[in-house]
Amino acid sequence: MRLSTLTLAMTLAAGVAYANPVAPGDVSYTEYGAIEASLSGAPGDAVNGASVASSRAMGNCVACHKVSSLDAAFQGEVGPSLDGVADRWSESELRGIVANAKKTYEGTIMPSFYKISGFVRPGDAFTGKAAQGELDPLLSAQQIEDVVAFLMTLKAQ
Amino acid sequence: MLRRTTTILAAGLVAVATGAWSDADDNELVVNDEIEITTQAAAPAHVEGLSEIYSGWRFREVDTQAAQMDDFDNPAFLAVDAAQIKWDTVEGEAGKSCASCHDDVMESMKGVRAVYPKWNETAGEVRTLAMQINACRTENLKAEAYGYTSNDMTAMEALISVPSRGMPMDVAIDGPVQSTWEQGKEMYYTRYGQLELSCSNCHEDNYGNYIRADHLSQGQTNGFPVYRLKNTKLNQVQDRFKGCIRDTRAETFNPGSPEFVALELYVASRGNGLGVEAPSVRN
Repeated sequence: MRLSTLTLAMTLAAGVAYANPVAPGDVSYTEYGAIEASLSGAPGDAVNGASVASSRAMGNCVACHKVSSLDAAFQGEVGPSLDGVADRWSESELRGIVANAKKTYEGTIMPSFYKISGFVRPGDAFTGKAAQGELDPLLSAQQIEDVVAFLMTLKAQ
Repeated sequence: MLRRTTTILAAGLVAVATGAWSDADDNELVVNDEIEITTQAAAPAHVEGLSEIYSGWRFREVDTQAAQMDDFDNPAFLAVDAAQIKWDTVEGEAGKSCASCHDDVMESMKGVRAVYPKWNETAGEVRTLAMQINACRTENLKAEAYGYTSNDMTAMEALISVPSRGMPMDVAIDGPVQSTWEQGKEMYYTRYGQLELSCSNCHEDNYGNYIRADHLSQGQTNGFPVYRLKNTKLNQVQDRFKGCIRDTRAETFNPGSPEFVALELYVASRGNGLGVEAPSVRN
């Protein structure tokens, strides 16, 4: 009995702190575009985040941003360099920017990585054909958390 | 040729050394030592987002640039030669060739490439050069239409473009084409697909910047059809549009569709003042 009460209490606590994972349509952004809580309910893995950020098939952050610590060829220059980005932004702010940068910077070119609706002629990935059914976000909740954890390691030396 | 290439290479290296390599370079395009082609001009008044316009040639590597400076080095001229044979060959039930009506393509087609897409009064529609080629084939030759982006089509477009090289792009945007032009402009600024990217996001706001290994140009169309080293063939302009919109993770449009005709008209007009380069060479 005591055990099940404890379990119930833990479950409730988890329910409040980690409604996991938060669906893209249910994300709560602050007035300035930040997201306070983890989207997956779990902490991010910075090592995996580095791989998501480098990979063309996943985040491909380096397509537009320079990240000196990543061993990825041909880093882009459309967006600002991410070196030292953790000195300029909080974790919540970075989470908001990765999930949907347009909430922070209206009109930014940056794609929204955790958004599944509101698109013009959404396609089925890169096939050029119309999307079938509901879209998946570009990155999963956990991948967003991993990228944010990686970004939080980018401090000026 | 060797000497010219070396000079260009040196110019390219200077550009790198001065740190200006991100933007358009300062190289000058002269084809066959005689056709001077304008690759930079003041933006037309109807292009609010740019002050200068640049040919995509100015954003390419030095050896890619060099391949377009001599027709013997330009791989597109194999297709041009093939199209010249087609031009002179009788095809279709009318028993005519292109030459039956138009004689020497190098004379009769002078200036044509510079003003397309344009209004066709008889048909009451905006026509791209590809549409006009097919109208001529089906109505006058009584021959089969070419596939819109087929090798036959791009080769014929390339041949017809050759006598206009160096002439300034001069596409009309008013009168009967105005509503189509407005439609194309609307598309140019629409953020398509799951990546929510418009033409302008890359080619107006970020030309000169790199996206991964791609050096973004202004997406001008004065060089189309373009021989791309990437796929070693001539590429039709609307095929390029199709690929670009596909790459925004969008449901793209089909070449020859009314939407792409409108977009081609609008994008072509953004290059008014640049010299016709087609068939050009790009990566």
